[in-house]
Amino acid sequence: MSDASSIQKANPGMNDAILQVEHLSMKFGGLVAIGDLSFQARRGEITALIGPNGAGKTTVFNCITGFYKPSEGMITLNRRDGSNYLLERLPNHEIPARAKVARTFQNIRLFSGMTLLENLLVAQHNKLMKASGYTILGLFGFSGYRKASAESVELAKHWLEKADLVDRADDPAGDLPYGAQRRLEIARAMCTGPELLCLDEPAAGLNPKESMALNALLMDIKDNTGTSILLIEHDMAVVMQISDHVVVLEYGRKISDGSPHAVRTDPRVIAAYLGVEDEEVETVLTEVGDEDVIEQLDTGPDSAHGPGTSSSYFAGPVTDTVGHSEGERVTVSKGASRAAQVDAKSSAAASKAASPAAAKPSAKPSAAKSSAAKPATKAPAKPKTPGVSSRRGGRK
Amino acid sequence: MAVTTSPERDIVATPMQRAPREALYAGAIALGLFVLFIGLRTDQNISNELILVQRWWLLAVLVVLTMAGRFLYVAYGQPFLANQKIVDVATGLLPESVATRFFRLPYFIAAIVTVAVLVFLAGSLDGLLGPGLAGYARFLRALATIYALASVLFYFRTFIHAHFSALGITALALYPVIVVLVLALYGGSVAAGFQGSLKWVDNYGIQILIYVMLAWGLNIVVGLAGLLDLGYVAFYAVGAYCYALLGTQYGLSFWILLPAAGAMAAFWGVLLGFPVLRLRGDYLAIVTLAFGEIIRLVLINWREVTNGSAGITGIPKVTFFGLMTFNVSDPNYIAKVLDIATSSAYYKIFLYYLILGLCLLTAFVTIRLRRMPVGRAWEALREDEIACRSLGINTTTTKLTAFATGAMFGGFAGSFFAARQGFVSPESFIFLESAIILAIVVLGGMGSLVGIAVAAMVMIGGTEVLRELDFLKQVFGPDFTPELYRMLLFGMAMVIVMLWKPRGFVGSREPTAFLKESRAVSGSFTKEGHG
Ligand SMILES: Nc1ncnc2c1ncn2[C@@H]1O[C@H](COP(=O)(O)OP(=O)(O)O)[C@@H](O)[C@H]1O
Ligand SMILES: [Mg+2]
Repeated sequence: MSDASSIQKANPGMNDAILQVEHLSMKFGGLVAIGDLSFQARRGEITALIGPNGAGKTTVFNCITGFYKPSEGMITLNRRDGSNYLLERLPNHEIPARAKVARTFQNIRLFSGMTLLENLLVAQHNKLMKASGYTILGLFGFSGYRKASAESVELAKHWLEKADLVDRADDPAGDLPYGAQRRLEIARAMCTGPELLCLDEPAAGLNPKESMALNALLMDIKDNTGTSILLIEHDMAVVMQISDHVVVLEYGRKISDGSPHAVRTDPRVIAAYLGVEDEEVETVLTEVGDEDVIEQLDTGPDSAHGPGTSSSYFAGPVTDTVGHSEGERVTVSKGASRAAQVDAKSSAAASKAASPAAAKPSAKPSAAKSSAAKPATKAPAKPKTPGVSSRRGGRK
Repeated sequence: MAVTTSPERDIVATPMQRAPREALYAGAIALGLFVLFIGLRTDQNISNELILVQRWWLLAVLVVLTMAGRFLYVAYGQPFLANQKIVDVATGLLPESVATRFFRLPYFIAAIVTVAVLVFLAGSLDGLLGPGLAGYARFLRALATIYALASVLFYFRTFIHAHFSALGITALALYPVIVVLVLALYGGSVAAGFQGSLKWVDNYGIQILIYVMLAWGLNIVVGLAGLLDLGYVAFYAVGAYCYALLGTQYGLSFWILLPAAGAMAAFWGVLLGFPVLRLRGDYLAIVTLAFGEIIRLVLINWREVTNGSAGITGIPKVTFFGLMTFNVSDPNYIAKVLDIATSSAYYKIFLYYLILGLCLLTAFVTIRLRRMPVGRAWEALREDEIACRSLGINTTTTKLTAFATGAMFGGFAGSFFAARQGFVSPESFIFLESAIILAIVVLGGMGSLVGIAVAAMVMIGGTEVLRELDFLKQVFGPDFTPELYRMLLFGMAMVIVMLWKPRGFVGSREPTAFLKESRAVSGSFTKEGHG
């Protein structure tokens, strides 16, 4: 695909946004992993995408970087030079090459049998390919290629220094400790010369010291390269510390969007993500006064319901177990939204039946402790009740 | 799962106690396995009736051999191997390695003396010992020679290791010269030297080098890019038939058709690659396997063009760059031009240097490409395809270039093969060939040129050596043909090497770039690719 696909946006005021996601939906069979999501990432900022496990954050990344083709919606990337790209239309490998979006993976994907330096040289493939005249000139030792090749080594060295890995440049990547592998993956992504860097849980599994080093690296990238960062993160401390803007997802929906401070104090986020204790949920529910739901809480997951046929978000028991591409298996029920519970709570005073499905927060709290503890031996609940089984994937 | 330590675990039976028991088990298993294979045999009698031949003695011998083998291994072999890893308390050193104990100066001298005596007596051996024992004596001579050579190699091992490639290339370049010289001295005349060299240059030299080249070509696809290709022989066939057909029909010279055959094979590589490279792993393997078979079936059935299974004969010989030919009847026959004695060995020696040159070209291009972006992308593809795509690498074209490059070298080798044989038929391009080439790549260590060359030498040279083992006829009877056990030995060698070195002879990987110093990457980090 060529520049024909890059359209100029009508609204010039939007141009400080490097990435615009509009009405993005991603469905896997009957499972709605992302439902009508819109948000923006501004140029030069760190935008954090947070949400509980299985909220669809990685799926958003996969849509942005072309690993998934979204079911609906539009993802626009505005480059610094004014060109725009509709990412959902670009082939997978052209997104990094042309739209300058680089990414890392939740489970690290390094070229483990190649040295650190080689990893960073592979990242400069397209540039070097051109310089080597698509191999032909390079095969005969053409001087332009030799110069480009020396420059690429310099760039690799620069990023190795930034990532504090230059001493191990000639070791295989698979030999590095975990935290260093994370930093190397970021350095590798930076070697593609990206304008937008998407990091999928870069701090997962790091010890506090490594986490500090990572923060420093990210701040350095933000301040010195002008690369904008889109970050998925679980560790709220990290998010609050380094991000300029936070988008919160829950079950594929955006539940909050704003500055870290605003998000932190948003009751929906507190309920959904920061964790409402089991008892608190129960209090909420008692206040809501929905007997159905309280019964649900006692009976545990609804075992009578197989995967639902409806793909609608609020259409009752869509319980679907899917093999996740990255090896996790998550079973989610679309009725389990905690943010919805908060909504329900606030609207309960007005009308108990205002939004039946959403207001029936048949919540199975996300904390792993509870889901396993309640066996599904009791009689299944009435079919109309949203079924719940939030077995969270064993990723963490 | 909790580990329960049962009381028996602590009382470890001594090897001597375990050995008889394990020998019994092994015997029982061998009996079960062999009773129908070896104990009974179906045959036809004179009136064409099916009869059962019972061979209980043979069965008993094999079972006893198995039991003895297991007994010796458990009782002595295992403790011996375990001891090699135990540090001497007094000196803090590991025991002297088996190799240093095996290669000792006195043994070396003994071997040299044996060889010298037996060579001196060569002519009168039959008279002295009788034909039976003389066979053993020749075998002993061969063993002693091998031992002496191995000792020399062992003594200079660090030097050889450091200069392996240079030494290897020099040895290969001098090989025909040395063979001719040695045989000339032995036979007493230059003509005898050339005549005797035929077998050594052709059966060993050229044959091995063809496989080296094929394996190096396949190495690009399998070893570097990690795409499992089971139909590589198809490209070999394309190259061979390209030369055979165009050479016989249009009389074009080898030097034009060699690049043409390479280009044709590369073209077929791309053609096959386009639809199949989106497949991964097992699927890719199966589709390439099918492609190899399709090409062969087309060659068999498209009689008008390929002459079916009868094959194509009369393929023109290679000329000496158009200056001289190797046909005795031609006016510019090499012996006439250079005014030397007529011999068919010149052509073989020329072909030897030709294939050596082609091999070196393959190696040079491979080494060069590995250090180029495309070669690094191949290896990155083998390591992690998804990560490659996230870095903006077009994986489809990258795979296609690997496929095409590998196929091109297959095509070169094919056209050389046709020129050397003077005859091609679909028989030469069966799946077994693909399997052998792949086995060489895997045995050598995927990605390593040196390892693969050594593997080709061992596997192909080894099976050729079987033809030399005539004395075995004295052991197993005159209708014993060691060549027939080629595949059995091939398989056994593969199993042993894979157990001993799961990553092949050279399991490590040389980095393609370095900042301070180039350190080989251990095989435990590299991946084999998923398709
Ligand atoms: N390739 C896929 N096929 C089917 N379902 C998927 C696939 N990828 C993700 N999902 C589902 O989408 C949901 C969101 O997953 P994910 O984006 O990985 O969540 P997060 O990264 O926020 O933890 C999960 O229910 C997951 O099972
Ligand atoms: Mg994720």
